[in-house]
Amino acid sequence: MKGFFSYIKRNPALGAGLGILIFLILFTSLGRLIVDPEHAYPLSVKANQPPSAEFPFGTDRQGRDLLAVMVVGTGMTLQIGAIAGAIGLGVGIVLGFVAGYYGGTFLDTIITSFIDVYMSIPSFLILILIASTFRNITLGVTEMGLIVAIVSWAGPARAIRAQVLSMRERPFVMMAKLSGMGNIEIVMKELVPNLLPFLVMSLSQAVYGGIMASLGLEALGIGSRRAPTMGMTLYYVNYYSAFMVGMWWWIIEPVAVIVLTLTSLVLTSFGLDEIANPRARRKA
Amino acid sequence: MRANYVIRRVFFLIMVIWTAATINFILPRLTGRDPIKEQLTQQIASAGRKAEDAEQMWRKYNELFGLDKPLWQQYVTYISHVARLDFGYSINSYPRTVMDIIISRGRLTLPFVSVAIIIAFVGGILLGALLGWNKSPKWLSTIVVPPLMVLSSVPQFLVALVLIYFVAFRWKLFPLGDPYPKTMVEDWSSLKFIGQYAYHAVLPILSIVLVELSGWALGMRAMMVTVEGEDYAVFAEAKGLKNGRIFYRYLMRNALLPSLTGLALRLGFIITGASVTETFFNYAGIGSTLGAAISNFDYFLLYGIVIIMVMSIAFATFIMDMIYPLLDPRIAYRGQRG
Repeated sequence: MKGFFSYIKRNPALGAGLGILIFLILFTSLGRLIVDPEHAYPLSVKANQPPSAEFPFGTDRQGRDLLAVMVVGTGMTLQIGAIAGAIGLGVGIVLGFVAGYYGGTFLDTIITSFIDVYMSIPSFLILILIASTFRNITLGVTEMGLIVAIVSWAGPARAIRAQVLSMRERPFVMMAKLSGMGNIEIVMKELVPNLLPFLVMSLSQAVYGGIMASLGLEALGIGSRRAPTMGMTLYYVNYYSAFMVGMWWWIIEPVAVIVLTLTSLVLTSFGLDEIANPRARRKA
Repeated sequence: MRANYVIRRVFFLIMVIWTAATINFILPRLTGRDPIKEQLTQQIASAGRKAEDAEQMWRKYNELFGLDKPLWQQYVTYISHVARLDFGYSINSYPRTVMDIIISRGRLTLPFVSVAIIIAFVGGILLGALLGWNKSPKWLSTIVVPPLMVLSSVPQFLVALVLIYFVAFRWKLFPLGDPYPKTMVEDWSSLKFIGQYAYHAVLPILSIVLVELSGWALGMRAMMVTVEGEDYAVFAEAKGLKNGRIFYRYLMRNALLPSLTGLALRLGFIITGASVTETFFNYAGIGSTLGAAISNFDYFLLYGIVIIMVMSIAFATFIMDMIYPLLDPRIAYRGQRG
């Protein structure tokens, strides 16, 4: 533990990123003990109230208590990101290792060109197509996470392949091969542990990408009309023109939560990059 | 080598557009129902359209998707229509074709998005180079980098929302939305119109610039630090070259190249991001039309805009791929591997 804190001192980005992330998780989990999560849904409290003692965060046009919206919504948005990130990283690991480690030139070329073509199609447009085609299906938090995952695998797959490719030729892998380790054993015991910081970094980037994509979709109104996620909150801010009636609290709160969420993820992956890639470490 | 490189990129360009069109074709079929048909039926039932209008739309629909024919034939017909940029009629504003709407809206979006991208890129490169330069004062980085990190990690429309509230609503410096005053007619030959267009575009441009400039500044700053460690940079300094010359010709010139690749990769992201931003500005460009097509279930328009966006982004990337080797002689038109 002491080692951890003295390391954080040298890597303030990681410390700040993890710190904000933990704060957000505490906010959404402990917050549920204080506020009634039901108040995050329409018609549960008096509408259009500025922040007061009763409603410290104010209420919105539809009669949601914005404190409850922030508490519940932060969790939902993080959940969407977590689902998308986990799936994206999983697929990315499989494809990345298959292409970079097992794949002969042929399989590698096929996977790599597919990723290249796929990445050249703006992922947001694919998402719009998918989400609007399947719109009759209720888009809950899980469904949103699954849809967003469709675009979050390509980045990790490509980056992991590049890492595996360079690591495959390192002496310690050769040594493992010579000592008779099987391919799966080498991947699990030699490559994955060495790539761990890198994989965690990819995870946090995939979560970031997933949240960004879900925010964009929801801001366009593709999402659950009822769920108080951050993106839907922004959609309603725009839909009811909160800025025209001067409901500043309704604008500033989701903006603040989103800024904190995204910044924490970026700082975390930035900090992890310093671990994964020592050459990137700042000079002195 | 040259011809080889060009052929490769052309092939890649075709692959990208073809894949996008194929996704477009497959997706509605995966649902097991026909969202377009449902929407058309609903439209015809609710809007009380004239019977011949409906029939015309059905005919076009069948021509495009030929539902009675075998699947492969439907696919071939569809792809050939896409190749001819024929996306049929808009479901909601019937007599207009999808392409007609795309052109009339696209010309409001294209100028401001292009200007925004250029300002963001050039500004970001210069700021980043300055931040990464070892001769720059240290406090500059301390003050500028944290806000850049925050700005570069949030979506454009978030910045747009804040700008709309403070700059447009509170301080009333710029209009709240629309590409030009509602009292004006779109006329690109009148200077007054262009002036109004520019005035209305300031905030949308600013939303894109603030986010994108920050990203490029941070990337450029990191590249500058790497380049400064190179032998030729040390040698240039040892030779006693002037600071300005080292900065522009030795450091910036070399650090610039990865940023250009970054520009090509990010283009799609910026343009789709701008679509959401337009919706927040209630800006009647191609992006908010896309948003409206989604809410109105206007599938023809939606699919048309998506394909056109994929095509334009792929073409822009292709052009940059062609220019890139001219700027970096090391590439020498060789394909990238590994």
